[in-house]
Amino acid sequence: MSELEAVPGYVEERVHVGETTLVVEPGELLDAARYLRDELGFNFLSDVTAVDYLGWGSAGVSGYIGTASGRDLNSPMTQGYQVVPLAKPKRFALNYHLLSISEEPRRLRLQAWLDEGEPVPSVIPVWPTADFHEREAFDLMGIAIEGHPNLRRILLDDDWEGHPLRKDYPLGGEPVRFSGEE
Amino acid sequence: MTAIAPRSLTSRRPIYEGTRIPSPIPTVLQTPPDIQATGDVLTVNFGPNHPSTHGVLRLIVDLYGEDVTGVEAVIGYLHTGFEKNMEAKTWWKCVTYPERIDYVSFQNNEYVFVAAVEKLLQLEIPPKATWMRTLLCELNRIHSHLVWLGTSALELGAISMFWYAFREREQILDLFELVTGYRMHTRYFQVGGLAEDIPRGFYPECRRFCDWMPRAIDDYETLLSRNKIWLERTGGLGLLSAEDAIALGQSGPVLRGSGVDWDLRKTQPYLAYHQVDFRVPVYHAGDVYSRYRVHMDEMRESVRIVEQCLDRLEHMDGEPWIADDRKVVLPPRHELHTSMESLIHHFKIVTEGFRVPEGEAYVAIESPRGELGCYVCSDGGPKPWRVKFRAPSFVALEAAATLMKDALIADMIAIVGSLDTVMGEVDR
Repeated sequence: MSELEAVPGYVEERVHVGETTLVVEPGELLDAARYLRDELGFNFLSDVTAVDYLGWGSAGVSGYIGTASGRDLNSPMTQGYQVVPLAKPKRFALNYHLLSISEEPRRLRLQAWLDEGEPVPSVIPVWPTADFHEREAFDLMGIAIEGHPNLRRILLDDDWEGHPLRKDYPLGGEPVRFSGEE
Repeated sequence: MTAIAPRSLTSRRPIYEGTRIPSPIPTVLQTPPDIQATGDVLTVNFGPNHPSTHGVLRLIVDLYGEDVTGVEAVIGYLHTGFEKNMEAKTWWKCVTYPERIDYVSFQNNEYVFVAAVEKLLQLEIPPKATWMRTLLCELNRIHSHLVWLGTSALELGAISMFWYAFREREQILDLFELVTGYRMHTRYFQVGGLAEDIPRGFYPECRRFCDWMPRAIDDYETLLSRNKIWLERTGGLGLLSAEDAIALGQSGPVLRGSGVDWDLRKTQPYLAYHQVDFRVPVYHAGDVYSRYRVHMDEMRESVRIVEQCLDRLEHMDGEPWIADDRKVVLPPRHELHTSMESLIHHFKIVTEGFRVPEGEAYVAIESPRGELGCYVCSDGGPKPWRVKFRAPSFVALEAAATLMKDALIADMIAIVGSLDTVMGEVDR
């Protein structure tokens, strides 16, 4: 799909398990989205998924120490997939799963990489359906969406602290109210 | 805010001109300032505990007389953090979670997660498992539509409809129990195929159901399709044009009720859908009644698909029902007594879990409610790094504000019902 190279803010494209991922600069995301909808026909936004890659690869692979190349699956005394995961450019990835509703349906993953607190423009002007999805990305992952007309928490309480789907969100040990200790 | 709907896939005559998506917030209908200035606007809190909201949905409604002038959906009351929980479980234990996300179409949810893992593993599935999955997904579609039909009709006063729909639903649940041992949340799809072989006696029971079901649908249609009250309470209400439906990410019966010929089973076939013969019902009025007709026709088509699956499955006795990959699939029980290797594999898969190669995958299927997507991300370990579900109900609720334009308070029940939202899936 070399036609993707003309997308504004193009960084790279990858194909894995039959899925195309297009990485763009977060600053030019809105232009890229508009180009993809108007020129390439991706008129349907399926989903927006934010992923936190904090600690990616450092956990090892299920207790084993991995190496960059991994070990051979078929040679004796090896334990399967033990390749250290590829390093990621930044902490957060924001994935937009696009679909073209047309005679030639196809899918594309539009990806932008973000550091903590780095703003990303809202794509509501291009796909109005992004409203709830972006609120969810803000609520659960703390992605700073810029230009969203109603950026509030959607699934959690308005006074909730923190963003639970982040990898550094504490698991367990949450304060219990009226437990007699305060 | 425009979306371009392909001409050939949609109806010739637009349902309405231009767009009705509220601006600037596409999911909130705001009362116009001149109406607000009259001082007669009453803000009502509808839900979260209300029998007509299909669960714990809260709508903040502005009423001017009986007219709905403003709507905002407030969700999250059923948020249980499925996606976060799944990050702490091994891949094969995660299979129980998706079913509980949408507790009405559990098998479709189960399948989409299993399919995403299989995509990362690049695993081949034996044909018997593929056909059985297709069959169960379609039975589940009928089950889901029956629950929708029963509850939506009940809300509009057609109480007898509820008993009829739940009578057939019970038969489907009995079939699930026969195959899997459980009525709901069956956990029958395993990564690689099915958890167990199909039990003896299932095919004739399923045939009996397939013979009965079309007659039951005839009964439903006799009760509703030309019922004057039903027609008046559903016809011409909750309009949504094809362009707005696509812009708002609508899918499933809502999209097909707006005249877009789009069904992932046809356009991006998965399982065995490219080998079965079925029709995609499309209605062009874009109102509540169109969505009702889509649901009814889909049930008939699903019965046809189930019959075609049975035709194939009846000749597959003795064939494997799960892939033969010892790194992923549990070894057969009898081998554990004689083979040390099998015992080790069994132990490793049960305690540590199998590993899934590094990468990310997004799989989308046509669930009873529309495009159900599952995004999985793996770091090569035995637990998912991130799982995300694209819930069709979550997206359907975004359209509520658009549909509610010019609606009366009584129409709101019919409109929210026609979106077929399951709150477990909305809030996850």
